[in-house]
Amino acid sequence: MIRSPSPRVGLFLFAVLLPTAALADALTGQAEQQATNWPAIMMFSAFVLATLGITRWAASRTKTAADFYTAGGGITGFQNGLAIAGDYMSAASFLGISAQIFADGYDGLIYSTGFLVGWPIILFLLAERLRNLGRYTFADVVSFRFAQTPVRLFAASSTLVVVIFYLIAQMVGAGQLIKLLFGLPYEYAVVIVGVLMTCYVLFGGMIATTWVQIIKAVLLLGCATFMALAVLWNFGFSPDALFGRAIEVKTGIASAAGASPAEAAEKGRSIMGPGGFIKDPLSAISFGMALMFGTAGLPHILMRFFTVPDAKAARKSVLWATGWIGYFYLLTFIIGFGAITMIATNPAFLEPDGSLRGGGNMAAIHLANAIGGDFFLGFVCAVAFATILAVVAGLTLAGASAVSHDLYASVVRKGQATSAEELRVSRRTVFALAIVAILLGIIFEKQNVAFMVSLAFALAASGNFPVLLLSVLWPGCTTRGVVAGGSVGLLLALLLTILSPTIWVSVFGYAEPIFPYTSPTIFSMPLAFFTIWLVSILDRSGRAAVDREAYVEQRVRSETGIGAVEASAH
Amino acid sequence: MLFVGPGCNRGEAALVPAGVVGAAVCGQMGAMTMSIGEVDPGGIAHSERLARVAADPRYQKLVARRSRFTWMLTAIMLIVFFGYILTIAFNKQFLARPIGDGATSIGIPIGLGVILIGIALTGIYVWRANTDFDPIVRAIREDVEQ
Repeated sequence: MIRSPSPRVGLFLFAVLLPTAALADALTGQAEQQATNWPAIMMFSAFVLATLGITRWAASRTKTAADFYTAGGGITGFQNGLAIAGDYMSAASFLGISAQIFADGYDGLIYSTGFLVGWPIILFLLAERLRNLGRYTFADVVSFRFAQTPVRLFAASSTLVVVIFYLIAQMVGAGQLIKLLFGLPYEYAVVIVGVLMTCYVLFGGMIATTWVQIIKAVLLLGCATFMALAVLWNFGFSPDALFGRAIEVKTGIASAAGASPAEAAEKGRSIMGPGGFIKDPLSAISFGMALMFGTAGLPHILMRFFTVPDAKAARKSVLWATGWIGYFYLLTFIIGFGAITMIATNPAFLEPDGSLRGGGNMAAIHLANAIGGDFFLGFVCAVAFATILAVVAGLTLAGASAVSHDLYASVVRKGQATSAEELRVSRRTVFALAIVAILLGIIFEKQNVAFMVSLAFALAASGNFPVLLLSVLWPGCTTRGVVAGGSVGLLLALLLTILSPTIWVSVFGYAEPIFPYTSPTIFSMPLAFFTIWLVSILDRSGRAAVDREAYVEQRVRSETGIGAVEASAH
Repeated sequence: MLFVGPGCNRGEAALVPAGVVGAAVCGQMGAMTMSIGEVDPGGIAHSERLARVAADPRYQKLVARRSRFTWMLTAIMLIVFFGYILTIAFNKQFLARPIGDGATSIGIPIGLGVILIGIALTGIYVWRANTDFDPIVRAIREDVEQ
């Protein structure tokens, strides 16, 4: 009845369950279209109206490039913490992790820990320095003391690559999810996401993008809290009773499927420990590295540190974000086990063959129905859609700032562009990105795009993170080192992913993968660090001397904030 | 006539009346919006200020202490997380073991513990930065920005 996860299933679950990824089934399979879900559509319309109202308000305050990229630096630490948490508490975290727990129990917790532990690292090593050195994009920070053109070219390219892989996965996931939840055709769903996202970003810039994310985060936290409390209330607020019942249910399902009592008991008990998800230690470490350090290289996450007034607020926002994210994962854990006890044996939510109606990722959605009926179900569906919308908006903004600020203003115009010109290019880029996202979303409808999110994480951990860390912390780092090392990391991560089982076997259909591990990060990230180091120490160019000499000043600014960009007055 | 100095023109305050404020103001604004590596004729005063801070013993002490502290916290987080991942890779049985007679396994408090340690370390850093590092930074900045 409950299928044991094959390696391939585990693989794409790994890919899909990364933060802000869309759903496994949504990404890989053809989600079957459901009957039109009117309560959900009405609830979602209310959300859209509210957010469009906010966008209108934000538009009146978005006048300069600084407003557009960073909300004028006027977001508080608490607000930014919620927005960051919103970026993280995606449809994938909510539906994907609870579904993973519903299927295999404990394994879901491994993802949760991996997602969380990247945040302390960002705080200790990067958050305040990002705020003190940067202005609009993480390329500001990397190129601070280096030759502008090559470093910005690298950073903008890697930003666009990461953003586009991420966007494709989001758009395809959104289309499939909405088809599933709302009963709308796939193309409609993709176009709706594209158009709404364009409205938010084009008119409201970072102010609207941030507030949409904050509202969504509050709604999602509220939803999840209510569901977790309802589950615990059923068990007299005893988690142990909840786990005990979940084991009974799984044991019952196993023996109904014909297992002997001993086997069934073992099967039931297995949900309380790690299962087949992590096999060889090398893949385990590589996976952990991608999760932990990938977050610190995602452009749409890094950009949030420029929206707060100073380093102190940046620090505070990480603390809030980490707290909310941790709380949220605790809730999903309870929700996943709650779904086992309330859904797994209820014929109303099951197909005749015992699988979950609508696909494996529907566990939390069905639980919402079991707890709060159609009305609450509609609410949860609307929140899930809002989640995708908010994340897509953030991604688009990150891509647009890379084009307008790094490529246009810094490389093409050599810093001579005015704020108005930069803003104009930025808005055109948003438009272009939206069209690209819609087209790619439609083109990739029937493709397995799950690997794209894991690829985005691996690329961020292998390209952006080493470059960012060494440019900020290592005096000997040079322009050539950064560009060479970052490019090597990016390309190797890309190449190894193509040669890995995920693409070489699953997509291209070859029998044996050339690269046997699921995640490239354990090779590509250290090689990026090594290349930056090697090229930098061998660099005898005149520019290298300038780069090294400027470190002291950069360090003073990064440590003290002297000379850092202030928030613009509002 | 407006003076548009190199490095002064990236932000909103791009246009600076030349006769009134001149290069010193441009240097300050330029430093806010440009990177040090670029040619900035007005940035010399700012550069000297930064060099003065770099030589300040309070600054050196701050950097040494903060650096030691953040690397220590980073090391703790890495050991905790990769310790957990390696336990999963090598000893699944240990994590699956029930606590006492209950249904809850040892792995659950350990997994949640990793999350809580992450949050706690974040809190410890913010507390130390607010109470210990910020006052030093403020004192240095006050001296330099007078």
